[in-house]
Amino acid sequence: MRAFSYEKAGSPAEAAAAAAESPGAKFIAGGTNLLDLMKLQIEVPTHLIDVNGLGLDKIEPTSDGGLRIGALVRNTALAADERVRRDYAVLPRALLAGASGQLRNRATTAGNLLQRTRCPYFYDTAQPCNKRQPGSGCSAIGGFSRQLGVIGVSDACIATHPSDMAVAMRALDATVETVKPDRSSRSIPVADLHRLPGNTPHLETVLEKGELITAVTLPKPVGGTQIYRKVRDRASYAFALISVAAIVQRDGTGRIALGGVAPKPWRVEKAEAELPRGAKAAAAAMLAGAKPTDENAFKLPLVERTLDAVLAQAKG
Amino acid sequence: MPTPRELEMNRRDLMVVAGACAAISAAATGTRAQPAPVGKPVLSEVSFSVNGRRHQLELDTRTTLLDALREHLHLTGTKKGCDHGQCGACTVLVDGQRVNSCLTLAIMNQGAEVTTIEGLGGVDNLHPMQAAFVKHDGFQCGYCTPGQICSGVAVLEEIKAGIPSHVSADLTGAMTATEAEIRERMSGNICRCGAYSNIVEAMIEVAGG
Ligand SMILES: Cc1cc2nc3c(=O)[nH]c(=O)nc-3n(C[C@H](O)[C@H](O)[C@H](O)COP(=O)(O)OP(=O)(O)OC[C@H]3O[C@@H](n4cnc5c(N)ncnc54)[C@H](O)[C@@H]3O)c2cc1C
Ligand code: SF4
Repeated sequence: MRAFSYEKAGSPAEAAAAAAESPGAKFIAGGTNLLDLMKLQIEVPTHLIDVNGLGLDKIEPTSDGGLRIGALVRNTALAADERVRRDYAVLPRALLAGASGQLRNRATTAGNLLQRTRCPYFYDTAQPCNKRQPGSGCSAIGGFSRQLGVIGVSDACIATHPSDMAVAMRALDATVETVKPDRSSRSIPVADLHRLPGNTPHLETVLEKGELITAVTLPKPVGGTQIYRKVRDRASYAFALISVAAIVQRDGTGRIALGGVAPKPWRVEKAEAELPRGAKAAAAAMLAGAKPTDENAFKLPLVERTLDAVLAQAKG
Repeated sequence: MPTPRELEMNRRDLMVVAGACAAISAAATGTRAQPAPVGKPVLSEVSFSVNGRRHQLELDTRTTLLDALREHLHLTGTKKGCDHGQCGACTVLVDGQRVNSCLTLAIMNQGAEVTTIEGLGGVDNLHPMQAAFVKHDGFQCGYCTPGQICSGVAVLEEIKAGIPSHVSADLTGAMTATEAEIRERMSGNICRCGAYSNIVEAMIEVAGG
């Protein structure tokens, strides 16, 4: 790990201002992704701003009947919250399908959204990787790509976003709230938080330098049967090959978001019109234009079959 | 003849020296393999309590809680396995919750109450979970065991507190310490010897099943 200086921020706005002042600064929340990457010198911040203890760890009702989840709410606390379990079941299901009990006790809502890819070449500093070292090339294209993305990818990068929680947040139409270094704040639909790689896979979100996530809000509950189905190489404690977050209403309409297939939680609202016609039609519409590699082409039928199982489960 | 306590200290001192030698040789090869750090090491003060004893430490900001426990407080019961949050050998309790001590900086734990395997119980006063691991042969080489036991103690508390898991059929109902629940909740603790089935038996006994 490279040496760094450390400060505990006094308030969210101060944290944002401090991060803008120091070019090498990063926020640290749970630390479960950042420290892992710092040990490998994939992340080399020169200054860490600890955003724990700023009162961002509460879950509160919003005026329009939704919930406001503080950025520092731990994954365990979020999955255990009674309102979340009752009204937004897809979210705890996704959270509990990810990582381990120990990690979830530390991992935070914002940190989970901003965790970086698990592409094996991103982690292997001896290999070219455009995301880690812009312009160096992509080792995954033509390499070991079984885990990687099939849609929304580019010729520069085919990495996936590894979060389970983010997939559920996408199905729930969550919104990210931030504060910027100039103390202004803004709301970003979770759909717009992550960028597609294009030619700049190292730019992963629309957040500006120093912009701090303060909360994620969920709109009023939409009911329906809420399911998160994750398919992986082990029954527990493994990242998704693919996953399906579904909110299915009695009349067969609903919302679907996919994990493990794209650089961001993948949802195609237009494709949801196909849901009443079944998994085949809906999956084809969601994955239209997919560009799989030989090694990960299996993800396309896997999405269709998993979606089929999810729709059957929703029917009961 | 040395008392058991003295023996224990000697063994610990030996471990510390061995650890230091390993660190020196790693640093020596490290300078060749990688560029020297740009910034100078930064020291920072932190205080937290471990097993009921308060400690004030001045540490390099990079020191993880795991390294603070092992290298600075010489509590070598907590083990370093992968050092990347994947194996669970470093699991300790912080303010009653299990965490991977390798993925949290010591300085982030100002004011925390840390419990390690040494704090759960010792040879003369085994914690019920330690006793059950012995009875059910919940280990072979023993390296993952302190993490398994800390995790096991916390898992039963999480079940009591009604925190759901991936295998809980009903998200909102009461949780019970079934075999399936224990296996899922313990999946963050890897055992290279494969003592899993005995660990599950030990935990079920402690849970009162
Ligand atoms: C072994 C292992 C297995 C895992 N398995 C899974 C899995 O199956 N599914 C899954 O979804 N995840 C998995 N994870 C990842 C885990 O969910 C993330 O590490 C965790 O959610 C990150 O949260 P954190 O608070 O620790 O983030 P940190 O490590 O503290 O931060 C991550 C990033 O977010 C930034 N950041 C943090 N907070 C803010 C904020 N408020 N505003 C702006 N930026 C911020 C940091 O600067 C950093 O860049 C796994 C991790 C490990 C180590
Ligand atoms: S897929 Fe992306 S993260 Fe993986 S090697 Fe290519 S550029 Fe790097």
